[in-house]
Amino acid sequence: MSIIRPYGDTTGDGMVQLSFTLPIPHDKRAEGAALQLASKMGMDPAMLVHAKQMGEAFTFFVVYGRVHHLVDTDKVQVVERDFPLLSAKEINAVIKQRLRRRLTVVGACIGTDAHTVGIDAILNVKGIAGEKGLEYYREMSVTNMGAQVSVPDLVETARAQKADAVLVSQVVTQRDAHLQNTRAMSAAFREAMPAGKRPLLIVGGPRFDELMAGELGVDRIFGRGTTPREVASYLVHALIGAAA
Amino acid sequence: MSGKLGLDAGTVRRARTLAAKAGRPVVDLARSHTTVSVERAVLRLAGVHGADSDGIPWVNRLVDAVRADVGLGHGVAVPVFHAMAAEGVEDVTVLAQKAAAGSVRFHVPAKKADVTAARRAATRATRHGLTTIDRRRAERDRMIKRYGDPAQRPWIYLIVATGDIYEDIPQAQAAARAGADVIAVIRSTGQSLLDYVPEGATREGFAGTYATQENFRLMRAALDDVSRELGRYVRLTNYASGLCMPEIAALAGLERLDMMLNDSMYGILFRDINPIRTFVDQRFSRQVHARAGIIINTGEDNYLTTADAVEAAHTVTVSQLLNEYFAHEAGLADWQLGLGHAFEINPDLPESFRLELAHALLARELFPDAPLKWMPPTKHMTGDVFRGNLLDGFFNLAGTMTGQGILLVGMMTEAVVTPWLSDRDIALQNVRYVLGAAGGLHEDFVPAPGGFIQRRAHQVLDEAVELLEKIADDTLLNAIADGTFGIMKRPADRGKGLDGVAEHDEDYFNPVTIALEGAQ
Repeated sequence: MSIIRPYGDTTGDGMVQLSFTLPIPHDKRAEGAALQLASKMGMDPAMLVHAKQMGEAFTFFVVYGRVHHLVDTDKVQVVERDFPLLSAKEINAVIKQRLRRRLTVVGACIGTDAHTVGIDAILNVKGIAGEKGLEYYREMSVTNMGAQVSVPDLVETARAQKADAVLVSQVVTQRDAHLQNTRAMSAAFREAMPAGKRPLLIVGGPRFDELMAGELGVDRIFGRGTTPREVASYLVHALIGAAA
Repeated sequence: MSGKLGLDAGTVRRARTLAAKAGRPVVDLARSHTTVSVERAVLRLAGVHGADSDGIPWVNRLVDAVRADVGLGHGVAVPVFHAMAAEGVEDVTVLAQKAAAGSVRFHVPAKKADVTAARRAATRATRHGLTTIDRRRAERDRMIKRYGDPAQRPWIYLIVATGDIYEDIPQAQAAARAGADVIAVIRSTGQSLLDYVPEGATREGFAGTYATQENFRLMRAALDDVSRELGRYVRLTNYASGLCMPEIAALAGLERLDMMLNDSMYGILFRDINPIRTFVDQRFSRQVHARAGIIINTGEDNYLTTADAVEAAHTVTVSQLLNEYFAHEAGLADWQLGLGHAFEINPDLPESFRLELAHALLARELFPDAPLKWMPPTKHMTGDVFRGNLLDGFFNLAGTMTGQGILLVGMMTEAVVTPWLSDRDIALQNVRYVLGAAGGLHEDFVPAPGGFIQRRAHQVLDEAVELLEKIADDTLLNAIADGTFGIMKRPADRGKGLDGVAEHDEDYFNPVTIALEGAQ
């Protein structure tokens, strides 16, 4: 059965609930406005079950009602990630069982870029969006070199730490600085280390095109909204292979 | 002390003694070192203000110039005020501008009379800053007298964080009108790692608004307006953490902020700031807070977001005891200690609420005169907003049953979005219902002697004493290096900001520290 509707208490009843705020004080007209919105969103009939004024100029509404839309589950399209998203626990377990040593990560902002927001969000324990950074993972050994790190320093540190992966963050994009810095970085690693010995090269930043990895000579690009867990999952996938 | 938990007075005393033993070497370290930020705070209190055309504050330029010529070990006060006299400059900001242009050389004068004169001038200039802080404190006292404190405990603490100070202001005022007693303006991500304090009103931040003197001033003025309107003094909170702790503390005092986040170990553990830098900066910043009548909020809740809230419960107690020791040593009184803890036990764990009550009551009984800051669930908020609202209700209930002083309002949309207007309204409704329905329940709530809650509290205290024994033997710096807290290993010779630390030379002089310690 591929055609379905929302379910309230009877198959096929199409019932949904919705809550929202309108920027007007609460009165009869406001309630009418809320019902109008619900109706335009396709709820018919719509029942206004709750309205409450907040401050001088806003009202919060809860609306229950029926929608007539049909959902065809056969036509659902999902963009599949090419690696499984694991929990911190699973990631630690995979490293411990399969790599049998700590996975070493070196991170930095290179060039003149002083914005450590990105690299810190991914590496610092504090993390971002409720997710802890890579430092939190017991089985990872993380070196965060901070801002304005030169490419030779980065290569040297990666070599000294025997890094499995190098993470570079680039926020500033003036005159394509992020692209030039990334190319310089990947070229330096290619020059300094033979293919088999090179760490996994990863760059991240809000303005990268995730499809440009090959062109920039890196293994992976992460764009806006990437969380530490995604990066950690990718590291495990790329360095250790399919998860247990 | 027996109280509601029947804690053994000997064990409590032992815990405090061990905390002092563990903390003492760190205090000694703090007393014998200075940092670039401590010295910049001194110069801010002496009147250096503003920034160059690149936005680098003149205090940074001046301290860098002094440091390049004579190092930090003497303190910057004498070289700076000697140069003022030698150059015939009246305004210390003008001296900073000249120094930045490279037209002033700094040195420690050889003649004793010159040193004495420079010390005297520095003392006079910084006294001016400290007097402003004193005036601000008196102003707060007057306003509280006129408008009054919140009618209920706990005080209701709400966060705003748009990144734009001019958006924050109406949101903060609306939150106060809706019942918030304390407004916290969250800082932009990454500010803690900036080794300077940005200048002026700011309209762009990442997930928060930059802490600047002008932003402080604007928000305090807006909350003064709303305090007048509501007949209730609305407090303002910001963050004295990161690399500029001492300067932010000075600015908070100058602009009459009321509470500051100020934890002894947060920056070390969660921001990888060098431990020595942190302890030196922290001691000075707490001395300034003590003078300014500011309530500090410590960050123990953070340990529970990284470690398990049951297994690591005793690390919270240990950190609270250390924070208390460091705070007292810096001159803060008990009423200024908003020691932190949080409702972070996995709700799927059987008896999780009873465990929460045991932990919260333990903090209450250990620190009877501290306001205690009670932090809402974050780790187990999943995006299921209905369950989240229920969890927040239980959090509020635990807060009122155990007499917490400051309650940070939990949002059911935690981990989903930054709070919407309606999220905040629903969250406040939740708090009001619980405080209205059960506001006096702490009077009746006395756990059964020898029962689950008492036993759990005793267990946590015993574990805390055990850990403190280990720390006191091994030293706190080693414990931090070994990963005792929040599982991060932070050795004393690593971390950010270490290059901004200097050991005192024999002639080290800091007129602010002298004034603050004399006042104790």
